[in-house]
Amino acid sequence: MTWLTDFFGDPARWSGPDGIPVRMLEHLEFSVLALVLAMLIAIPLGLLIGHTGRGGVVVVVSANLARALPTLGILVLFVLLLGTASIWPVIIPLVLLAVPPILVNTFEGIRGVDPELRDAAYGMGLRGGQVLGRVLVPVALPLILLGLRLSAIQVVATTTVAAYTGLGGLGRFMIDGFATQDYSSVVGGSVLIVLFALVVQLAFMLTQRVTVSPGVSQRLKIR
Amino acid sequence: MITFDAVTKRYPDGTTAVDRLSLEAPTGEITVFVGPSGCGKTTSLRMINRMIDATEGKILLDGEPVQGIDPPTLRRGIGYVIQQAGLFPHRKIVDNVATVPFLLGWSRKKARDRAMELLERVGLDLSLAERYPFQLSGGQQQRVGVARALAADPPVLLMDEPFSAVDPVVRTSLQDELLRLQAELNKTIIFVTHDIDEAIKLGDRVAVLRVGGQLAQLAAPKTLLSEPADDFVREFLGRDRGIRRLQFVPTAGLPLRTDLTVPEGHDGTADEPWLLAVTPDDRPVGWISKDRPGQLEQFGTFLYGQDPLRSALDAALLSPSGHAVAVDETGQVAGVLTRKALDQAMMEAADG
Ligand SMILES: Nc1ncnc2c1ncn2[C@@H]1O[C@H](COP(=O)(O)OP(=O)(O)O)[C@@H](O)[C@H]1O
Ligand SMILES: [Mg+2]
Repeated sequence: MTWLTDFFGDPARWSGPDGIPVRMLEHLEFSVLALVLAMLIAIPLGLLIGHTGRGGVVVVVSANLARALPTLGILVLFVLLLGTASIWPVIIPLVLLAVPPILVNTFEGIRGVDPELRDAAYGMGLRGGQVLGRVLVPVALPLILLGLRLSAIQVVATTTVAAYTGLGGLGRFMIDGFATQDYSSVVGGSVLIVLFALVVQLAFMLTQRVTVSPGVSQRLKIR
Repeated sequence: MITFDAVTKRYPDGTTAVDRLSLEAPTGEITVFVGPSGCGKTTSLRMINRMIDATEGKILLDGEPVQGIDPPTLRRGIGYVIQQAGLFPHRKIVDNVATVPFLLGWSRKKARDRAMELLERVGLDLSLAERYPFQLSGGQQQRVGVARALAADPPVLLMDEPFSAVDPVVRTSLQDELLRLQAELNKTIIFVTHDIDEAIKLGDRVAVLRVGGQLAQLAAPKTLLSEPADDFVREFLGRDRGIRRLQFVPTAGLPLRTDLTVPEGHDGTADEPWLLAVTPDDRPVGWISKDRPGQLEQFGTFLYGQDPLRSALDAALLSPSGHAVAVDETGQVAGVLTRKALDQAMMEAADG
């Protein structure tokens, strides 16, 4: 316990380029950047493939491939190839890691919508894009958000590893702590990472609440 | 008017679902497509709004071939109701009903006002408007489905087994509601069902299809029952065809006896074996038998001039007297239709 008070009670920890706020921002920056890039790739692709029904094999194969990749190995490979001058050797593996859950869940969410519902939408006179945007996406939203959440959790956890490459992030407290046998730094860093992951979970729960229609989540009680 | 002109649909796997179908569905009438499962009813219906495209032949909407119309535009002008209602689960009931008006660019207020008006029309409590579909029963959802199809006031309504997934009591009320609506709205309706009783109840004209997608007979329900075109139609109509025909025989003009009614408490002494006891304001109380004068026996009534002969027969069979009590709209006794007069009427009905 004294490790925690040592870590969080030390004013020096709260300032400077290796202080808690900066490391936290770095962690946030890497995670958000990787997640946004993954979304930009995976969501349109998942929507397109789920809606047209063509290319489902692509989803399955690429998802399995990407899952089989050892993230740490890729990370090291990219660092060796690209050096540590930029953040890309870290971001690219993170994106590769983040794409499959988003892609698979978006695709499954759209494809899994009741065919009767899709049929009714076309029968009303909605055009293809309207069917997708006004019916399929709102109904598939819980699954799409699930994919995003799974990706986000993985990305946040894996960003810790980025510290190995000499880049920043909350992982630095643990790695630097081990190196200098400063256990208050190790423990404090891991607590920060857990807190960070919890906040991400919370953010997704709130997003879900706000964006998913009560008619889909069936949250409302029958009055 | 909807015209099928030698329409054929062959699916890619070689199934001929509809085979040179030619028929007309007149404006303002309900035309029912009926037949066993797989006979091509749904396929025929869906070729009208181009959810399926015909392989050969033409379908005309008031003379204009539907194949020349952009499908979404075509569909916005045609109401479509399906078996499971197909309501959008993420939208409130009122917004579900307003779907097509929104698509047509109506203002939000106008579309919602129209939706409320229709919910009322189809017999739904307006407190349901702000609910989501999952909060409604199957029968209520089906009513919303009908309201949604009617929202933009399309002249044509396509209904594919809309009531077959609800229980029989609800189904009957939905059917009655549809007939009531149709009396007000006069839409051109194509109604698909596999239930011949539903077809006969709802149809102005009934098209019987056989498996392979051929038209077996197209006729008014009454004609269908009295003159089935062939063995297939006869068998499809089922056993109690004779009784069901009485559904179409009016009771107006049948001879009633008015000399059989007596006030309540009458001692039953008369030459007649049965007398009908009535209240001072002419409402039926029960039959008095000559043999057991102290006892009132069960009676059955029918609405004279409005109920068909089948209801009169039913009323007669309900009572040990064998006579049916004819009442008017106010529930007052108009007279007694005796078993003898009933027999005579049924004989005439059988002669056509
Ligand atoms: N998409 C399809 N591909 C191949 N065959 C089909 C397809 N849809 C329907 N059919 C076949 O066409 C026939 C008519 O089907 P349908 O119109 O659904 O009949 P109904 O509505 O009268 O039950 C059936 O034999 C059915 O199996
Ligand atoms: Mg069908």
